Amino acid sequence: MATWPMISVMGQDASHVSCTDEEALRIYQDMVVLRAFDEKTLTLQRQGRVGTFAPSLGQEAAEIASAHALEPMDWIAPSYRDHGALYVHGLPLDQVILFAMGRSGSYAAGVRALPSSIPIATHLLHAVGLAYALRQRAEPQVAMAYFGDGATSEGDFHEALNFAGVWQVPVIFFCQNNGWAISTAVSHQTHSETLAQKAVAYGIEGIRVDGNDALAVYGVVREARERAAAGGGPTLIEAVTYRMGPHTTADDPTRYRPSGELEGHRAQDPLIRLGQYLASRSILSADDQQRMAADSRDRINEAVARVEAMDPVAVEEMFRHVYQVMPNRLARELRDWGAN
Amino acid sequence: MPEKNMVEAIHDTLDLLMAQDESVVMMGEDIGVNGGVFRVTDKMLGKYGAARVIDTPLAESAIVGTALGMAVGGLRPICEIQFLGFLYPALDQLISHVSRIRDRSAGHLGAKMVVRAPYGGGIRAPEQHADSAEAYLAHIPGLKVVVPSSAADAKGILVSAVEDDDPVIILEPIRLYRMGREQVPEELYRVPLGTARVVQEGTDISVIAYGAMVPVAQEAARNLQREQGVSVEVVDVRSLSPLDEETLVASVRKTGRAVIVHEAPLTGGFGAEIMATVSEQAFWWLKAPVQRVTGPDVPFPPYAWEDWYVPSAARVQRVVSQVMAEE
Repeated sequence: MATWPMISVMGQDASHVSCTDEEALRIYQDMVVLRAFDEKTLTLQRQGRVGTFAPSLGQEAAEIASAHALEPMDWIAPSYRDHGALYVHGLPLDQVILFAMGRSGSYAAGVRALPSSIPIATHLLHAVGLAYALRQRAEPQVAMAYFGDGATSEGDFHEALNFAGVWQVPVIFFCQNNGWAISTAVSHQTHSETLAQKAVAYGIEGIRVDGNDALAVYGVVREARERAAAGGGPTLIEAVTYRMGPHTTADDPTRYRPSGELEGHRAQDPLIRLGQYLASRSILSADDQQRMAADSRDRINEAVARVEAMDPVAVEEMFRHVYQVMPNRLARELRDWGAN
Repeated sequence: MPEKNMVEAIHDTLDLLMAQDESVVMMGEDIGVNGGVFRVTDKMLGKYGAARVIDTPLAESAIVGTALGMAVGGLRPICEIQFLGFLYPALDQLISHVSRIRDRSAGHLGAKMVVRAPYGGGIRAPEQHADSAEAYLAHIPGLKVVVPSSAADAKGILVSAVEDDDPVIILEPIRLYRMGREQVPEELYRVPLGTARVVQEGTDISVIAYGAMVPVAQEAARNLQREQGVSVEVVDVRSLSPLDEETLVASVRKTGRAVIVHEAPLTGGFGAEIMATVSEQAFWWLKAPVQRVTGPDVPFPPYAWEDWYVPSAARVQRVVSQVMAEE
């Protein structure tokens, strides 16, 4: 039986690293932004200024480095925790905050990303369909779906990987195995030793990577992307990471997480690991780190200020985009609503 | 003008749509090599190739879910669900994504896609092949639900659906697929979505139906005219969502009486929506309570019971007579 080693590059011979120093620095910078964004949003949530929110604490390498490995015209199909990847792919932070404020979908015109999917694993099928359209229209891009370990238990996970295998379309399934689906440990999701090995049953590539090693994540996604774009078919990537925070701001992980587990993962904090790696190569100084953190906080505060200065939502917006052309009955409902 | 049955009309329309627009693709179970279990896509595979006439693996959620991705990616997919009773795994995709993507993307993305599904009873099909699921579907904001009752309408509705910017599900009455032939124009034409059709005018009572119940209503109307001199107006709802309230309400205001006919079970059926609309907008014109003729609140039965389950012209006549006797 095949084994599923976890690919890791930081700390290995430098020849394993496919990422340039410049790219690595950009990845680090965006990881700093994501960490600062989550800290800010958690504060805003406690102050009642944004609603329930799913933070990425501990998953910054998987989120950010995977998106850096894509091209701007690739499609991504994210789930609700993937604002880091969306940000890298071009979604303004303002839009992410509006999503957290319950004001809009996490979508911006011109960014090739679907609105974040809430029902688990349902969007993997959309990525497969997008990949089919790319190939049919002879566009040399790929589609990538983001999801977690819990999603691998859903029927749509099976259907998506099966269709992708049969069709051999340019799609990547990027699974962040963060150990927990709210309170359910991954050992209760599957009796498989790994998630990556599920690829075998669909006749597609499966890869297991250290999801807290940003440069390893970048490398495997880049490789899967090149294979897919060249007609080599789909890949399932299991990025092994750890959710250091709660599922959402409405969740209390002390109810289910074994004591001591979190502490064991702190040394694997992806931000610390990439920072140390870059420092060891003398391309990141302590001053740089402080400057990046300060810049990130400023940019996020500016985005929050912009969003909080916006007019309150109007009732009409709730009706406007359900159909391209509003049917008569809905138009009457809208008129009645305004009159009430 | 050639005469066609509904299967031929739909087949020829799909052929025209595939020929004129390369972004149109068809997908479903057994639609390629086999031409579909009802032969609606017969010989399309040879004409347009496997990349546009897609024999999918057997999974309804994936058919509808991947179609949404294709639509966002610039294709115009037409999905065939083999029987409407097999649609249920795909309801999640329809409810959670297909119907919402325009709203969730503030109008930037749309699900320009069509789902076709044969539905309803009357052909002695095996168990669970004869469901009428229209009420679940009409309850989904953002999804258009249409039901042709003639070959000519099937063509015009299909053209409008494929050209529409929003997702449309077409419920094709299995019983009418090969019931008879009628004149169907050769050229492309459109039946606007969201429009009902007065099939025959009358003055005493409106019988409001859709799908395979339209010919049943027409048969009842003929018998009532001949046997009792009752003048029945038959209205084909044709579009459950958006609903053409104006046509339905105008008919009931004119006749002052209404009977609604559908195959699906009574409780929560689409007839309740029509009754509510009539009650809201035509109450003061009514001469008698509105009645429904529907399937009973039981699962669609194995076909030994089918003739009792599906409303018949005789049942419609009986209820119309009761309504006419009120006052």
